[in-house]
Amino acid sequence: MYVAVKGGEKAIDNAHKLLKEKRRGDTQIAEITTGQISEQLTLAVDRVMTEGSLYDRSLAALAIKQARGDLIEAIFLIRASRTTLPRFGYSKPVETDKMELSRRISATYKDLPGGQLLGPTFDYTHRLLESELETDQPASQQHRGILSDQNSIDSTDVKSEIANEEQTIAAPIIPHVLDLLGEEGLMEPPSNEPKDHEPEDLTRQPLSFPASRDLRLQNLARGDEGFLLALGYSTQRGYARNHPFAGEIRVGTVAIEFEPEELGFAIEIGEIELTECEMVNQFKGSEKAPPQFTRGYGLTFGHCERKAMSMAQIDRSLRAEELGEQKTAPSQDGEFVLSHSDNVQATGFVEHLKLPHYVDFQSELELIRRMHQEHDAASPESDQQAKDMTTHEAAE
Amino acid sequence: MKMNPGIPLLKVENLHKAFGKTKACHDISFELWPGEVLGIVGESGSGKSTLLRLIAGLLEPDKGTISYQQNSKLITLTDLDEPALRHLQRTEWGFVHQHPSDGLRMNVSAGANIGERLMANNWRHYGNIREKAQHWLKAVEIDPARIDDLPRTFSGGMQQRLQIARNLVTNPNLVFLDEPTGGLDVSVQAKLLDLLRGLVSNLGLSAIMVTHDLAVARLLSTRLIVMKQGEIIEHGLTDQVLEDPQAAYSQLLVSSVLQV
Amino acid sequence: MSEYNFAYLNEQTKKMIRRALLKAVAIPGYQVPFASREMPMPYGWGTGGVQVTASILTPDDILKVIDQGADDTTNAVSIRKFFKKTAAIETTELSEQATIIQTRHRVPETPLREDQILVYQVPIPEPLRFLEPRETETRKMHAYEDYGLMHVKLYEDISQHGHISTTYAYPVMVEGRYVMDPSPTPKFDNPKINNCPALQLFGAGREKRIYALPPYTKVTSLDFEDHPFEVQKWQASCELCGTSGTFLDEVITDDKGGRIFVCSDTDFCRKQQSEKFEEAG
Repeated sequence: MYVAVKGGEKAIDNAHKLLKEKRRGDTQIAEITTGQISEQLTLAVDRVMTEGSLYDRSLAALAIKQARGDLIEAIFLIRASRTTLPRFGYSKPVETDKMELSRRISATYKDLPGGQLLGPTFDYTHRLLESELETDQPASQQHRGILSDQNSIDSTDVKSEIANEEQTIAAPIIPHVLDLLGEEGLMEPPSNEPKDHEPEDLTRQPLSFPASRDLRLQNLARGDEGFLLALGYSTQRGYARNHPFAGEIRVGTVAIEFEPEELGFAIEIGEIELTECEMVNQFKGSEKAPPQFTRGYGLTFGHCERKAMSMAQIDRSLRAEELGEQKTAPSQDGEFVLSHSDNVQATGFVEHLKLPHYVDFQSELELIRRMHQEHDAASPESDQQAKDMTTHEAAE
Repeated sequence: MKMNPGIPLLKVENLHKAFGKTKACHDISFELWPGEVLGIVGESGSGKSTLLRLIAGLLEPDKGTISYQQNSKLITLTDLDEPALRHLQRTEWGFVHQHPSDGLRMNVSAGANIGERLMANNWRHYGNIREKAQHWLKAVEIDPARIDDLPRTFSGGMQQRLQIARNLVTNPNLVFLDEPTGGLDVSVQAKLLDLLRGLVSNLGLSAIMVTHDLAVARLLSTRLIVMKQGEIIEHGLTDQVLEDPQAAYSQLLVSSVLQV
Repeated sequence: MSEYNFAYLNEQTKKMIRRALLKAVAIPGYQVPFASREMPMPYGWGTGGVQVTASILTPDDILKVIDQGADDTTNAVSIRKFFKKTAAIETTELSEQATIIQTRHRVPETPLREDQILVYQVPIPEPLRFLEPRETETRKMHAYEDYGLMHVKLYEDISQHGHISTTYAYPVMVEGRYVMDPSPTPKFDNPKINNCPALQLFGAGREKRIYALPPYTKVTSLDFEDHPFEVQKWQASCELCGTSGTFLDEVITDDKGGRIFVCSDTDFCRKQQSEKFEEAG
C-alpha cells in the first residue's frame, strides 16, 4: 500500500547540517573570522549595513559569514535581527557638512572650498588582477597573535586609531557644493517641506501611494543596489532623462546625537561612516520664479558610492510629478520603483515559488483534464476544427 | 433616460485651465442641448482636447463650473465627488479616444470589451451579456463571429468601431469623441463617419466632438466652436460658421481646408 | 532565542498588529494596511500569517500549522518549530484540538468551531491585482465598489475556455460589499469560508495588508447566473482512507502513468483511517 511521504522535520534538520558543513568548506583551510570580514571585506559589510538598515559592523560581518557570502541573505539576517530591537527614539539629523571627510569630490567645479579629496577609490586603478594578493600576507609583526582571536576587532588596527585621534581635534565645516549654488539662488532649497516637518517612518507605517519624499528616500536607502543602479542607468540612456551632474560625493564619519527625554539636551552617542551624493539636475522655472537647478539626494551607511549615486538619480526622477514633468519611464513611476526596490521582499517572493503548490496545481490539473474530456466528447472532427482555426487566424 | 428638452444637457461657464504659463483654456462658456452634436475645431495646441478632458472629468479646471442635466435638473459636475463622477463616466457617458488602444482593453476579447460596462452595471447573466455584445458588434458592422477575438487582431477601423460599441452599449446620454477618425486612412474614415452619422441620427445621441478636420465637423456636428490659443473665437451653427466665418482666424482655417 | 519576547515580536509591534486586526474585523473583507515587520523567514513564506499568529497567541493556545493541508510539509514544520521555540506553546496536528490553525492554501476538512481561529498566509491580498497593477487604482475600485473588471475576467474565462477557469484564489464578495481574495486556497474550500463559525484572519506580510472575516460572515463566490460557481469533484476517492468528497492530492506512483489520489488534509485522512479501523475491529 502507498504510504505518504513523511519526515519533513528530519529532512529540514539534515539540510541545516549540510548547510553548516558547506559553510565551513575545506577544513584544511583556516576558518574565516568575522574580524577579517569586517576589516577586509569592508565594502560588503557596508552594503549589508545599508540595505539591512542597521549600523553594526560586527553583526554585518557575522551575517556575511553565516550567509556564505550571499549578501542579500546577509541583509535579510540583519533585517530580521533589527526588527526585534527596542526603539529608544530618533536621533538628531546628522550634519554632513561637519563630516570628517575621507573622500570628497565634485564633478561640477575644478576647485572649491574644502578642496577635492580623492581618498580610497577604485576609480583610477587599472583593473588588472593583482597576483600578489593571492598569497596570504601574515598579520603585521606586532599583531601576529591576534589572527586567531575573534574578539579583538577593535584593536586590530592601532594605526588608524592613532590617525583618527589626530584628526578629531576640530573637524572644519566643509560647505556642500549645492549650498554654494543655493546662495546664488541658482539651486532649489534642499527640501520644500516646512522647517518643523516631522519625517514619516517607513518602518513604522506601511508605504502608501503616492509616497512623500521622506518615505521615498527611506525606501531607496534600503533598496537593492543592483535595482537602483539599473534604474539610474536607464535615466542616463533616455528613459526620463534629467541631465545629472555629480555635484558632490562625500564619504566620512559624522557624529550621531541623541536627545534623551529626561536630559533635555542632545548628547553624542557615537560616530558612523556615511556616503552622501548630491546630484545637480536640469533646471526648472516658472512665471513666478527664475530657473533653478534641481536636486537628487542619496545617502548610505559606510562607503557605498555606486548606491548613493544611483539613489540620487532615482530620487530626482521620482520627483517628476512635483516638478511638472511628464511621466514616461519606469524610473519616474513611484509605485513601480518603491514596490520593487526591496531585495528582501523580492527574493522572498521569487523564492517562495519553491514552496509546495500541490493544491493549486491539482486544481488546475483537474480543470484542464475536464476541458480535454469535453473537447474530445464535443466533436470527433475536433482536429479538423483546430486546423481550420489556425488558418483562420493566420489570415488575419 | 428621459431628458428635459427645455434645459441644456451641459452648461459650461467661465472655464479656465493653465499648464504652467500656458493657458490651455481661457474663460470658456457654452451650452449643449439634448440631441445636439457640438464640434470643437481648431489647430493642434488650440486647447480643444484639454477642453474635452475638462468636461469629461478627466482633468480638473482651475476655475469655472460645468453643469449637467440629470433627472431633468442641472447638477454641478465640478462639485461632484470622485465616486459619483466615476459612476457617471461608466453609465451615462461615453468617451471615444483617438487611439483605440487608449479606450479598449487590448488583452481581453471584443465581447468582454463591450460587456465591461454592462458588468459594471451589475449585469450577471453571461448569455445576456453576450447577446447584447453581438447586437452591438452588428450595429458597428463587425462580424459577430469575431466576438471572442482580441482587439489586436482587428484592423484600425474595426478597433475604432469596437471602441464606439463599447461606449454605446449602455445607451449613454452624452458621448465625448476625441478626434474619432484621427488615426485612420481616408477610405476607412469615410466608412466610420457614415456609421457615426447613422448612429447619431438613429439613437438621437448628444455628443461633443473634438476634431481638426473641418470635413468631419461638417458631416457630424450641428453646431461648431472654433478655438485658438485656449479661447473660443467663433461659435455658431455649423453651416453658418463654415460658409460665412466671421473671425479672421476662422476664415483662414476654412479657406485653407475647403477651397483646395 | 531566550533574548526574544514571547512569540518573537515585541509587545509594541503586537499592539500595532492587533489594532489592524480589530479594524479588519470591523470591516469584513477590507484590506487594512499595517506596518509589516521583517521576520526571520523570507517574505512570501508566510510572514503575514506568522505576524498575525504571533500577535494573537497566548501561552494557553494550542497551535496547528498546515501547508497544502498537511502538517508535515516542510514550511509547516518550520513555522511550527518557530513558535515552539519562541513561545514554548503546545502544538498539535489534530484540527479539533487546536485553538489557532495557521494555514497556507487549504481550509481543514474538519468543520471549525466558534472557539477556533483560522489564520491564512496570503501572498497577494489584492484580488484585482492582475487586472490592474496599480495600488492607487485598485484602492479606488474597492472604495467605489467599481468591480466590473472582476467580472470581465470571469467572462473572459468562459468565452475562452467554456468555464470559469479560476481554480484557486477564487474571488469572493464579502457581505455584499468588498471583493476579497481568499488567498490561494482551491475554490473547493470557498464554501467552507462562507458562514464559518470560526474567526478567519488573513495576513499578507510582504504586501503589508491584514483582512478578516468575523464568524458567520456571508461570503459569496463571484459567478454568472447562467454559469454558477461550482467546486471541483473527483471521480476517485482517497486511496488511504476511502473517503470521497474531500480535496485530493494526486500522487504519481511510477513512471508508467500510475497515479493515485490521497486526501490533502492529512489529519482528516488519518482520522478517517482510524475510524474505519475501529469499525472493522
